[in-house]
Amino acid sequence: MTHAASDSAVRAAAGPSRTAVFQARGLTKVYHMGEVAVHALRGVDLDLFEGEFVVLLGPSGSGKSTLLNILGGLDVPSAGTVRYRDRDLSAADDAGLTRYRREHVGFVFQFYNLIPSLTARENVALITEISRDPMPPEEALGLVGLGARLDHFPSQLSGGEQQRVAIARAVAKRPDVLLCDEPTGALDVHTGVVVLEVIERVNRELGTTTAVITHNAVIGRMADRVVSISDGKVGGVRANKDKVAARSLDW
Amino acid sequence: MKALDRKLFRDLWGMRGQILAIVLVIACAAAMSVMSLSTQQSLGQTQTTYYERYRFADVFALLKRAPNTLAERVAEIPGVARVQTRIVASVTLDVRGLKEPAVGRLISVPDRRTAILNDVHLRAGRYVEPGRAGEVLVSEAFAQAHGFGPGDAVTAVLNGKRQELRIVGVVLSPEYVYQLKEGDFFPDDKRFGVFWMAYSELAPAFDMLGAFNSVTLTLMPGASEAEVIERLDRLTAPYGGFGAYGRYDQTSHRFLSDELQQLRRTGTIMPGIFLAVAAFLLNVVMSRLVATQREQIAALKAFGYSKWEVGGHYLKFVMLVVVAGVLSGTAFGAWLGRGLTELYTRFYRFPLLHFSLDPGVLLLTFVVSAGAAVLGTAGAVRAAVALPPAQAMRPEPPATFRPTLIERIGLKGLLSQPARMILRQLERKPVNALLSVLGMAMAVSILIVGNFSTDALDFMMEFQFSASQRQDMTVAFVEPTSASSLYEIAHLPGVVTCEPFRSVGVRLRAGHLTRRVGVMGLEPDARLYRLLDADGRPVSLPPDGLVMSEKLARLLGLRVGQELTVEVLEGERPVRRVTLAGLMTDYTGMGCYMDIRALNRLMREGAALSGAFLAVDGRHADELYRQLKETPRVGGVTVKRAALRSFQDTIAENLNTIRFFNVLFACVIAFGVVYNSARVSLSERSRELATLRVIGFTRAEISFILLGELGVLTLAAIPVGLLMGYGLARLVSWSLDTDLYRIPPIVDASTYAFAATVVLMAALASGLIVRRKLDHLDLVSVLKMKE
Repeated sequence: MTHAASDSAVRAAAGPSRTAVFQARGLTKVYHMGEVAVHALRGVDLDLFEGEFVVLLGPSGSGKSTLLNILGGLDVPSAGTVRYRDRDLSAADDAGLTRYRREHVGFVFQFYNLIPSLTARENVALITEISRDPMPPEEALGLVGLGARLDHFPSQLSGGEQQRVAIARAVAKRPDVLLCDEPTGALDVHTGVVVLEVIERVNRELGTTTAVITHNAVIGRMADRVVSISDGKVGGVRANKDKVAARSLDW
Repeated sequence: MKALDRKLFRDLWGMRGQILAIVLVIACAAAMSVMSLSTQQSLGQTQTTYYERYRFADVFALLKRAPNTLAERVAEIPGVARVQTRIVASVTLDVRGLKEPAVGRLISVPDRRTAILNDVHLRAGRYVEPGRAGEVLVSEAFAQAHGFGPGDAVTAVLNGKRQELRIVGVVLSPEYVYQLKEGDFFPDDKRFGVFWMAYSELAPAFDMLGAFNSVTLTLMPGASEAEVIERLDRLTAPYGGFGAYGRYDQTSHRFLSDELQQLRRTGTIMPGIFLAVAAFLLNVVMSRLVATQREQIAALKAFGYSKWEVGGHYLKFVMLVVVAGVLSGTAFGAWLGRGLTELYTRFYRFPLLHFSLDPGVLLLTFVVSAGAAVLGTAGAVRAAVALPPAQAMRPEPPATFRPTLIERIGLKGLLSQPARMILRQLERKPVNALLSVLGMAMAVSILIVGNFSTDALDFMMEFQFSASQRQDMTVAFVEPTSASSLYEIAHLPGVVTCEPFRSVGVRLRAGHLTRRVGVMGLEPDARLYRLLDADGRPVSLPPDGLVMSEKLARLLGLRVGQELTVEVLEGERPVRRVTLAGLMTDYTGMGCYMDIRALNRLMREGAALSGAFLAVDGRHADELYRQLKETPRVGGVTVKRAALRSFQDTIAENLNTIRFFNVLFACVIAFGVVYNSARVSLSERSRELATLRVIGFTRAEISFILLGELGVLTLAAIPVGLLMGYGLARLVSWSLDTDLYRIPPIVDASTYAFAATVVLMAALASGLIVRRKLDHLDLVSVLKMKE
């Protein structure tokens, strides 16, 4: 697929009227693990639009985490460009990427990555303290339904609760984009659905552009668009005609 | 408080055992440094003020007898500020309650009090009044040793006549801050006292009216001491001058300066070693912390904490540990310093000596501690700073194991499964194992350093006062005497053996290097005073040439067989070229020896002697003492055993106090290191051990795996530590090396054993604590923990 062709395909699927938050072109990422070169991304073209809910679907090792990390400014591509609005992330230095993450991005990780020595409220405060216009930690935790467990340590919370704290932490700074890496990967169905409902609510109520990566195709049903990734490339982009609520998902 | 700081404090609290251990190590370093350096500052400042206020002279010279008019010519020497002439005489004292004779130093003072050089500070009583016979001021050290005060009296043999010295005042003098007879190494306040007497009283007793035999002077700023000394020597030569010398060769000043220098070194070397240990421990703990918090660091960075904020977070962690250590150490060090200063007031007599905490020292201590800690943790902090957040999201790959060497060479059957696990763990992480071994070896070595000074001192005492100087008593004549005096001494009651010695003040010159020393002439086959080499074998005196202390030869840059110039500073003051014929070992002073006949030839004198070494039959000692007190020619008697006993009662006791703290610090550090190793391996292994428990291993079995590892490491560390300890002992020995004392790097087997035992005990205690933690290992939560 040529760039031009993929471009039009991407645009076509999204509809012409919306502003692209992310524009990735020809993204390549090569890791060197010892003497072996691992091609995690092999030329990815992708646009993400304001306020949409995108699921990046792919099996493990497909390169979707690498893509998310590059979009989130955690990593830089080996080749190709990625733009966040009018900012060229592929050309930014470490300080620039740090500022970008600080100001615009909220992350949710598969293993929550909470600070175990801090309570739920403090884990959220950790981020609101360095943000320009955050919501109070209590409000963020209320948003994810944990208003009653503010002073619990991660070890006193269930996996689903920990992930909701992580989401509260990610959204408390009112990020422009919310990037979730297998947010339900470590959770059972019921808990996973609760977590997805929270993400759905954030996307809907705060209008945060949201990208969720998962290997679970069912989750694609709640997205505006599903981008399939395999072997480091975009395999296809599908707009969801009949998007369903997270509550009705089951796997 | 910021959430990140909250994390900091909770992390610290969570690791409180290990953190406390490191804080203690830093505290030990800080305490040592604050104690030594602040005491040094206090002592140094007090010394300077005292010298200034009481006009301590810069140059000193003794001569036979010169008319008072010579003083004016001395004053004309360019660079001389003030001149003070006086009479100084040594007398034998008969002190009530003291069997053996004591030595008194009589110094004349003006009849009416004026601001003289080396002025006295009146502690009690009053100044001497003219016309009152026998009134003296006495040095406080001597007065205290005998419980004397104004109104008491001692009897002196003044030029053969017994005279009552009536004490009217107790004083201090900048010349005798450390009250020591020239040539001695331990103060013996009971048997050596200094007295000040009105010139009009003292002069007639020694036939010195209108004359003097001692001149002291101060220099103008910028004056050359060497030049003044040279001119002064030329002036005094016709009057039997013994060669002038500067403060460097003034006994009291010299001991005080050496003490200050040693304090400075103690305050830097030992804390340096301790801080190295602290930096090492911090490195272990921080590396571990950063490794376990990999994902937390990644999350922080993902949310926009910059790498500097993350690095700063971990540096703050380190700094809190440093601040806690330095603060507690400073408090303890100040307390110790107060005690040490108190102790010094027993040996160094100042009008006022009080300990003050020097802000500069505190700052230095903090900066150096912080520097060491930052250096030690730089690697770990850099790892946190550099950690790429995307990479940290991925779990670490499983560790690779392989069969150990023992298994590979076919001894697999010998090892149980847990034993194999221990060995594989050690082989898989050789660097970690090495670091643990190194840490515990450091603990062992510090224990050795803390303790070895006593071994070295015992060795020195044995070497110097049993193997080398075997006399019971040394008798010094007022001035060089004919050989017949020896015969007289030999026939005193109780004298078993009697060997003569001749002592001559000289200046040695080798190229541009010079030293002022005394050459001692001995019988070549002397048995009471033997010269020894480093291995304790006797060194025989050749018929010609000098045998000198290895240290002195080194200072003069001389090798055996080379020639040097000997400038005699008394008598006819001949200048001769002499060969360095041999070397000997000594640990106090710097000896220089010659065959007594060769020395007399060099002096162009007949068979003269300065004194004699005696071996005495103790049963007749009292009678001997009585007769010696009556012998006019005898200027001083030193009873070795008495001097040694007084040394043991005072200095040795204090050294023990200091050693107690050294050993205490070393134990704290040893425990800190070992406990840390145990805790680190517990936290590294808890998941694995919990898994083993779940699949059916008993507590005893998993304890064996963890503690077995600790045991293997401890056993490996001990021999390494013993070697390192010896190395550190050498370093300390080198650092404490002065012209006055040398501490040989002698470490007794018992010290090695002690160090090994303490570390083993620490390992055992840490093992028990860790074992208790293992028993309370929460299997479920450990396994749920993602690592």
